[in-house]
Amino acid sequence: MKPPAFTYHRPASVADALAVLAETGPDGKVLAGGQSLVPVLNMRLAAPGHLVDINRLGELAHVTVDAGVVRVGALARHAAVERDAAAFAALPLLRQATGHVAHPAIRNRGTTVGSLVHADPAAELPAVLSLLSGSVTLASASGRRTVPAGEFFVGPLESALRPGELAVEALFPVPPKGSGTAWLEVSRRRGDFAVCGVGVLVTLSADRRVAAARAAYVSVGPTPLTVDLAEAVAGLPADTADWAAAGALAAARVRPEDDIHATAAYRRHLVAVLTARAGKAAVANA
Amino acid sequence: MTTRMFGEPIQRREDPRLVSGDGRYLDDLGQDALAAAFVRSPYAHARVTDVDVTDALDVDGLVAVYTYEDLDGRVAEPLPLLIPHPSLHAPRTGYPLANGIVRHVGEPVAMVVAVDRYVAEDVASLIRVTYEQLPVVVGIAAALRADAAVHEDVADNVAAHLVQEVGDARAAIDAAPHRLHLDLDIERSASTPLEGKGVYARWDPADRSLRVYSSTQTSTSVRFAVAAKLGIPVDRVEVVTPDVGGGFGVKIVHPWPEEVLVPWAAIRLGRPVKWTEDRREHFISSAHERAQTHAVDVGFDDDGRLHGLSVTFAHDNGAYTPYGIIAPIITSTQLLGPYKPGAYRVEFRSVYTNTVQVTPYRGAGRPQGVFVMERTMDAIARYLDLDRTVVRERNFIQPDEMPYDQGMIFQDGRPLIYDSGDYPAALDKLKKLIGWDDFAAYRDQARAEGRRVGIGIGCYVEGTGVGPYEGAHVRVETDGTVVVATGLTTQGQGHETVFAQVAAAVLGVPVEAVTVVTGDTRRFRYAVGTFASRAAVLSGNAVALAARKVRAKALRIAGEALEVDPRDLEVTDGVVHVRGTPQAQIALKTVAVLANPLRYAFDAEAARATQFAVGGSLDKPPVADDDEPGLEATDYYSPLRSTFADGMHAAIVETDPETAEITVLRYAVVHDCGRLINPRIVDGQIHGGVAQGVGGALYERLVYDDAGQLLNASFMDFLMPYASEVPVVEIDHLETPSPLNPLGVKGAGEAGVIPGAAVLASAIEDAEGIPITRMPISPSELWEARREGRR
Ligand SMILES: Cc1cc2nc3c(=O)[nH]c(=O)nc-3n(C[C@H](O)[C@H](O)[C@H](O)COP(=O)(O)OP(=O)(O)OC[C@H]3O[C@@H](n4cnc5c(N)ncnc54)[C@H](O)[C@@H]3O)c2cc1C
Repeated sequence: MKPPAFTYHRPASVADALAVLAETGPDGKVLAGGQSLVPVLNMRLAAPGHLVDINRLGELAHVTVDAGVVRVGALARHAAVERDAAAFAALPLLRQATGHVAHPAIRNRGTTVGSLVHADPAAELPAVLSLLSGSVTLASASGRRTVPAGEFFVGPLESALRPGELAVEALFPVPPKGSGTAWLEVSRRRGDFAVCGVGVLVTLSADRRVAAARAAYVSVGPTPLTVDLAEAVAGLPADTADWAAAGALAAARVRPEDDIHATAAYRRHLVAVLTARAGKAAVANA
Repeated sequence: MTTRMFGEPIQRREDPRLVSGDGRYLDDLGQDALAAAFVRSPYAHARVTDVDVTDALDVDGLVAVYTYEDLDGRVAEPLPLLIPHPSLHAPRTGYPLANGIVRHVGEPVAMVVAVDRYVAEDVASLIRVTYEQLPVVVGIAAALRADAAVHEDVADNVAAHLVQEVGDARAAIDAAPHRLHLDLDIERSASTPLEGKGVYARWDPADRSLRVYSSTQTSTSVRFAVAAKLGIPVDRVEVVTPDVGGGFGVKIVHPWPEEVLVPWAAIRLGRPVKWTEDRREHFISSAHERAQTHAVDVGFDDDGRLHGLSVTFAHDNGAYTPYGIIAPIITSTQLLGPYKPGAYRVEFRSVYTNTVQVTPYRGAGRPQGVFVMERTMDAIARYLDLDRTVVRERNFIQPDEMPYDQGMIFQDGRPLIYDSGDYPAALDKLKKLIGWDDFAAYRDQARAEGRRVGIGIGCYVEGTGVGPYEGAHVRVETDGTVVVATGLTTQGQGHETVFAQVAAAVLGVPVEAVTVVTGDTRRFRYAVGTFASRAAVLSGNAVALAARKVRAKALRIAGEALEVDPRDLEVTDGVVHVRGTPQAQIALKTVAVLANPLRYAFDAEAARATQFAVGGSLDKPPVADDDEPGLEATDYYSPLRSTFADGMHAAIVETDPETAEITVLRYAVVHDCGRLINPRIVDGQIHGGVAQGVGGALYERLVYDDAGQLLNASFMDFLMPYASEVPVVEIDHLETPSPLNPLGVKGAGEAGVIPGAAVLASAIEDAEGIPITRMPISPSELWEARREGRR
């Protein structure tokens, strides 16, 4: 459980970081909070020749609420995002979901953007970004591009990040007025990656009917999975809508697998149950 | 008396050091040592046809690579079988490095020594081993089918077969008014101490002596083992245990391959060598326990009284049997618990599989036995529609039947005779503590709220304090401090506190004056080790006996000095004084000076003592024939047989009707380990045990696939409960002294873990109304069981 040797870089500016990343190409890896990368190195599951530590890039530690979007910089820790009052006011889902990410010590180091790039299908934040149709801004020595969530999560532990690129910021759009969100999950132990997790976003019309309803799921597919629940609940009075039907609809769409912690059938069942519960909770929060 | 001693819940004296980061664990030592790493088999069963080190040789910092071919003398022989048994007809142990065949993933194949662990792992990854795969046996069913053999010469995979019978169980069951059959399984788990194993060895070529530090539960036995294996006079070997971050059984096994190889390499290389096990190594190459499948037949009457009980079970011992068949023997005897079984027959087979070896883990076969018996009790209650506590009560051994002979042979080869206990009183306390009789109302109220709750119970009797002996040395220094040394080791139990309390109580000194040394063969050479809930019973009594000798000597010398009859003397706060005449007194430290006719001129104490200097007769030598200089003594305690602690746990659980999540709402423990030396420490042992019990019932399971790969060899997927999963533990004690030892104590180390699976299965079954027959159980499994109507 010791990593093979690597060259360690600690750039002082984003420009320097991009220069090192350009030079090292596929042999370079960004080190953010290290909560996922260090175990991978120690278990020798990856052996990059160069680590580019971005922890000195204070310019990327921001959590800001702009017109209709919460911007989270690459060095913003889960804990900072979770605690940020303005971000919570604009987008309660960030705190609702981040509270389920691991334990306080890990949230103090791990970054939200790192979690997105790591693209673990069991992780909360990729699902949140997908649910909100957010995006990630990637920078390289040759320029910047912004990739929407739908294209960013390519497969298990695989994002659209290319060699030489640094994810500098994630953008979480604030949903329209009259929206409510909820995050629910079942995990084996408190703070563990979820056996099944769901985030629901509902938007109500002025007469409290369901105008839009979407859900995103973790641990039931190779990437965060989003399901439009409108078919089951759109147009119905929010407080009496058939959320169980929404759950059944979602359960038919997910692609869970068996593992040592749970059967696929159980996970599918949880999708139904948690969707129904989260739907009601989201309405209550709207 | 102002000193707080025996029976007081004083704070653990080791904790300031341990919780503030000042502990010294194995890996904190030997910063100058070379580092060892191992190439371990990636296959569960294979022939090693070639080990090619070519690529590894040019790595900078490499010192040595060893394979089986390099081993010499007794190091090349199989590791010892520690506990043979007549029924263990086909024992097998591994080699320090694989000799041609590997039988589980993780078996060591080559050893690398390098300047540090990073380089050692680099080298290990470059060594190319060619394996020819052999058929793999995983699980008890496959082992018994014996389509393939783990050991070529053990075709049926059966290592041991043992039957014990008291009365004619078959006939008793057949003749009983009612009969039930149950199939009950427990899956694999492991000790998983937070600190893995570790060994650090230094050879002094000039002194021709070897010092070994090991994170072990038995330093004295490691010393003898290393000396024998390496062919060094025992007198030139010393073994020291630093602070040890948990053991829970796995570190009683000895010598581990690494405990032989690290000193062996240190001698060969003439340089200190250290190996610190990493987490993955610990999971795949140390030891596991618990996996057993049981078939139960029971006959009983209308009242629920047992007439006959027959249990046939299979125990998965993994690839080797270095520790014999202790765990299944304990299951077979201790499943009887506090009950009279009527006629009893038990039969087990211990079988080989291509998985890591099985050795005792805290509880050691008891959790399985208690699960079997308690599930049976619940099944009888359900069948007869009786309260579960009533069935238990009717089968209890009564206090006036003590000592009670179960008619069996226990793990120590001695008769299974319970020394004392009051089971009806314990049950009564437990029912009050958990509110057993009020539970129906609570259940109704919960039901009205759409919640599902259940209550469960589990009772056990635990043989503790197995022999053969422990010893202690107690010395009063001339500065008044008391040094206690005992040979058994410490892995966090609180021995520094408890043994100090025992010594302080006997000697009449403040507990702060006493320091305790454990697990250091330089200080005490004959010892057995810390396991089987034996430390307080064995070393506790040895400390008391040695301290009594010291006290007697102190009173004799003080009597001479004060010119009074020693019988009129007592010791309070380190001062010997005449009972009723406090002004006639002499400090114990002064007595210590007087005990040595050579008055060292180094300290003020010696100078002050001269005022008491007894003239001494010129016809007698300064040290009498039957005396020794110094105020010190050694004594040993060797028990006639084990002493039997007991306890009962109850839990209230809630299961989510939809998600099948299981929450333990309350957990109550009534525990009787005889006289309590320190209630706080006993409570702590129970808390930790319950945490492991909850882990074993709801979270922890080692999962092998059919190829013999361990699928969850990390703390990511082996789910040890966090603090958030462990319920608040409510405890009540009963103190039924053991008549077998001077202190009247029984062991407490394992108690908390033993009935965990039984209690929680009982509570979940009560909540769900479907039979729970396999543990551990996850929400997913509970949900699947609901669909099938049983588990
Ligand atoms: C015990 C434990 C439990 C956990 N439980 C959960 C959980 O329940 N839910 C959950 O979501 N997560 C969980 N995590 C993961 C945690 O959230 C990680 O912190 C997060 O996934 C990665 O963030 P990081 O900053 O630590 O990234 P790092 O570990 O530093 O990096 C992770 C990967 O992302 C890349 N990377 C990181 N930042 C950038 C960037 N700005 N640009 C380009 N590449 C980048 C790295 O190169 C690496 O490949 C857990 C972790 C641990 C150790």
